Amino acid sequence: MCLTIEALTCGYGSRTVLKGLDLQVSQGEFLAVVGPNGSGKSTLVRAISRGLKPAAGRILLQGREINRLTARELARQMAVVAQDTAIGFDFTVEEIVTLGRLPYRSRLWGETEQDRAAVRRALLATGTEPLADRLVTQLSGGERQRAMIARALAQEPSLLILDEPTAHLDISHQVEVLDLCRRLNQERGLTVLAVLHDLNLAAQYASRVLLLRDGATYATGVPATVLTEANIEAVYGSRVQVVQHPVEGTPHVILLSRG
Amino acid sequence: MRGIRGRRLLITATVALLLVLVLAAGIGSVRIAPGEVLSILLERAGVALEPTWPETASIILWDIRLPRVLMAMLVGMALSVAGGAYQGLFQNPLADPYVLGVSSGAALGGALAIAFLERIRLPLGGLWQLGPVPLLAFLGALGAVTLVYSLASVGGRIRLTGLLLAGVAVGSLALSLVSLILYFTDSQARDAIVFWMMGGLGGANWWKVGWMLPYLAVGLAVLIAHGRELNAFLLGEETARTMGVDVEVLKRVVLIAGALLTAASVAFAGAIGFVGLIVPHLVRLLVGPDHRYLLPASALVGAVVLVLADTLARSLLGATEIPVGLVMALLGGPFFLWMLRRNLKPE
Repeated sequence: MCLTIEALTCGYGSRTVLKGLDLQVSQGEFLAVVGPNGSGKSTLVRAISRGLKPAAGRILLQGREINRLTARELARQMAVVAQDTAIGFDFTVEEIVTLGRLPYRSRLWGETEQDRAAVRRALLATGTEPLADRLVTQLSGGERQRAMIARALAQEPSLLILDEPTAHLDISHQVEVLDLCRRLNQERGLTVLAVLHDLNLAAQYASRVLLLRDGATYATGVPATVLTEANIEAVYGSRVQVVQHPVEGTPHVILLSRG
Repeated sequence: MRGIRGRRLLITATVALLLVLVLAAGIGSVRIAPGEVLSILLERAGVALEPTWPETASIILWDIRLPRVLMAMLVGMALSVAGGAYQGLFQNPLADPYVLGVSSGAALGGALAIAFLERIRLPLGGLWQLGPVPLLAFLGALGAVTLVYSLASVGGRIRLTGLLLAGVAVGSLALSLVSLILYFTDSQARDAIVFWMMGGLGGANWWKVGWMLPYLAVGLAVLIAHGRELNAFLLGEETARTMGVDVEVLKRVVLIAGALLTAASVAFAGAIGFVGLIVPHLVRLLVGPDHRYLLPASALVGAVVLVLADTLARSLLGATEIPVGLVMALLGGPFFLWMLRRNLKPE
């Protein structure tokens, strides 16, 4: 099991967001986490990446409890791409990707041949090689997100976590970024856990969907069994019609007006 | 590519610093030619040379000019490195070494010392020999930082926005206490306090250089050693955490190292503004944001800038000295505005 979460309860101060969440993610899965605002999607990511201490419960990565790992050990097994990384400083794409080697290097020594090879592979895998010398401040949102995924790949993780990676992108870049995630998942066996806002993108790309309601699992399984009209109405409180995607065959959610 | 440019700038700046040191040491009411400066230094270092210079030149150079020029160098380095590191930590290019209220705390300490302790000669050795002003300024600086730091730390974590706000609040509080002292003290002490707060290197001596050196060496080494982590921090605190950076440790280390550098500078030279703000900016334009080059290059460029500013301060008006803090503000202010405007313009 790649990631195991047992009875995870955590939140901010007195406000509990996740309430006894259980989750297992096996090697090679593409799990999409969906749910309305406040259902605990981002809190889950923060807890897994140790940005938030659980009030109760355990999180295990490859069978080892994450708070027993050092920050560097954790970063070698798991990489996280945030919603949108606003970078106000003029790093080049290659410099950003090289930063992904941080958990492998000692404080004083420069990059090794191994580091450079990993950076090269990450650039190639994400199609960011032509951008290597460009400044990140001059990239489009989609290019920047691909650069951040390349940085994550340079960490050579077994689990890639993305927190709403397409939130600020226009549709062509949304597809570009998620296509990349799917390719990495299918061709390299990288386990992907992505928080997604868009149910249709979740249905189209994920091998399994986790639908959260109020900090706990409401339903989980293949998209067709989770993203049903009844489930979506129960969790989001909005009326929808679910049809079949004409090309992919996955469920497609159509919003209905209330009027 | 950037790395090559970084190394090139480091070499150029080192050469420039050595040149500026020799030239600046020769400038003053008694002019000493650069060649003579070098000869005197060699002779002092124990090389057997036939003196071709008057004895007074040797004394002026060794006892007055050199400690002052070196102090300007050390303070310029300390402020620039602290500024560069803080700009990285706060991910804000407007952060400067004084964001944590260091200068206001030091001003309060210095004002207290001038108003109440200056005339007291205590038969104490050691630290007290520094004089009450640097000592209390240093303590005031550290006191302010400690207060700001503890205000912003909640549940073992430091909130960076809280830190900025607490820095502003503690700073204004300390400055209003300074105003209170100014209001009630006699005019002589008032003049001394105001003059001290403008920042100056007039009181530099070998003793103070000796005290400043370990702070600089340790602060510089610690900050440069954390260059990579600071680079990752520029991607945001949350992202840095997932990249293997222990962000809480990093924040503490950088804050404390920067605060010590700044406190030591303020104690010996008063609050000299703009160096720590402008120099890292300028260096970033040349070598990019990689702290492994940015910090050492900022140290060198900062040293050059402050040595030049101090030379102007003590030679521009002949015998009358202008506080170097004023010179820096007058040169740095417009320069900073120019940079700001340049950044605001669309590509």
